[in-house]
Amino acid sequence: MATEPVTAFLRPRVVNVDGVARRFETRAVLDDVSFELRAGEFVALLGRSGTGKSTLLRALAGLDVEIEGHIEVPACRSVVFQEPRLLPWARVLDTVVLGLRGDDARQRGRGVLSEVELNGHERDWPKTLSGGEAQRVSLARALVRQPDLLLLDEPFGALDALTRIKMHALLQTLCRRYRPAVVLVTHDVDEAILLADRVLILGDGRISLDVPVDVPSPRLRTNHAFARLRSQLLAQLGVDEAAEGLHESPVKEYVS
Amino acid sequence: MSTTTLGDGRLRSHGPELVTLSRETRAPRRRVRVPRGIERFAGVLLLVGAWQVASSTGMLSADTLAGPFAVGKTGWHLVQDGTLTSAMWVSLKRVLTGLAIGVPLATVLALLAGLTRVGDDLVDAPMQMLRFLPIIGLEPLIVLWFGIGDAAKISLIVFGVTFPLYINTYTAIRALDPRHFELARTVGLGRMGTIRRVVLPAVLPGFLTGLRLAAAVAWLILVFAEQINATNGIGYLMIKAQQFFQTDVIVVGLAVYALLGLFSDAVVRFLERKALAWQPSR
Ligand SMILES: Nc1ncnc2c1ncn2[C@@H]1O[C@H](COP(=O)(O)OP(=O)(O)O)[C@@H](O)[C@H]1O
Ligand SMILES: [Mg+2]
Repeated sequence: MATEPVTAFLRPRVVNVDGVARRFETRAVLDDVSFELRAGEFVALLGRSGTGKSTLLRALAGLDVEIEGHIEVPACRSVVFQEPRLLPWARVLDTVVLGLRGDDARQRGRGVLSEVELNGHERDWPKTLSGGEAQRVSLARALVRQPDLLLLDEPFGALDALTRIKMHALLQTLCRRYRPAVVLVTHDVDEAILLADRVLILGDGRISLDVPVDVPSPRLRTNHAFARLRSQLLAQLGVDEAAEGLHESPVKEYVS
Repeated sequence: MSTTTLGDGRLRSHGPELVTLSRETRAPRRRVRVPRGIERFAGVLLLVGAWQVASSTGMLSADTLAGPFAVGKTGWHLVQDGTLTSAMWVSLKRVLTGLAIGVPLATVLALLAGLTRVGDDLVDAPMQMLRFLPIIGLEPLIVLWFGIGDAAKISLIVFGVTFPLYINTYTAIRALDPRHFELARTVGLGRMGTIRRVVLPAVLPGFLTGLRLAAAVAWLILVFAEQINATNGIGYLMIKAQQFFQTDVIVVGLAVYALLGLFSDAVVRFLERKALAWQPSR
């Protein structure tokens, strides 16, 4: 992203997580999580499956009441879940402006829909949308509220590779325009490096790594800084890079 | 690729045999195409024809079952002298009144039981017990309570309507997706907003299924109640006809019940089509 990590600390703090823990029965999924976020900062949260990424995100969203520790977040937050989570009985525009008040709500909804390239779909039923379109509606619903904090839980996980690349570009454009602080939960290391200013890795109930992404744009996989950070993150995640390389996606050129 | 020469001298390469998929090859044309509707109608016509033949030849006496022609004529007379229309109106009013009381009652009870903890404990347990009562078996009690007038028939219908509607609506509320409630919270819908935008639309399909059942049950109970004791209505017409061996009038009554039942079912189906356009199966 086009933020300068050097000056990021000058911006106001919008998220403060201090000593957060979450137990299910006796098992502590989150043990002692602490980090801060500055306004407009884009952070990727990586972690192996089951390490508690969604649990942490739900805590930030205010959906979990049994959380221990201290969490401070902006009052205006939006969430994009892994599945689009549209209401089957609400047309696209009604879904986008769900819960919004004010006369201009629908007008704003239409504006955001055209930003996610869905103009003309205002009156569609969710059942008629493709996976990528549905997730774009979900993104529009999150952005129309102009949140100070945008929480994304593996939003592109269910999309095909080509659609995912388009969504990456779209998300970058929209984040530059609306400037929310972003927490993007992902299991995709490349996605994290491509999009984020900073990467957090969650492991054993704590933030085990907190690194800035110092990769010049356009962030191509072939770039040395990209490759170096990738190795570092994979090592921290305990993944054998040689084995991982076998599963590399066939579409390599990301647009930044 | 290897090729062979066909009998007519053309060359043809060896490969899998290919077939053309199109309407013609997939559904072999029948020589005569009769529209489905007409075919189905022909079946009904055949049955009625056999019935008429049996009546005309005296195989089926009028005391056992009047022929279709006689039934039609009687029906026409009953309509013309106003007997049938006024009886129909009386019966229809009973069903509609029963529904008008039972539907809101069942809806409110289901919302109470489905959405509040206290309601669940206080309402659902007794409802689950009472639903196994054979409603028709309540007749003797109802007559003791309400006499033999309209009140007795209507309250029996109310009983019959309330249970299927309650059960279906309550089940639908219980099946609500908790992820939708989560969404409602993240977009800042309040309690009323959540009920209006999430609960009611999600429950509507179950409610309408219950409503269709309820309408069917209402007619069933009406037929029963009107034949036990009544001084007007379709059932009364039929019982009176029984005393004079007027099987034609009885058949007319049956046909009217069937038509009214069909009509109320069509109304609910229409509501379903209008209200559930968002459903994937539609
Ligand atoms: N409501 C819950 N009840 C019990 N265990 C849960 C619940 N939610 C999550 N967990 C457990 O917490 C762990 C972390 O879950 P989650 O945050 O979804 O992981 P991630 O998103 O990183 O894959 C998992 O082992 C999961 O089984
Ligand atoms: Mg998860």
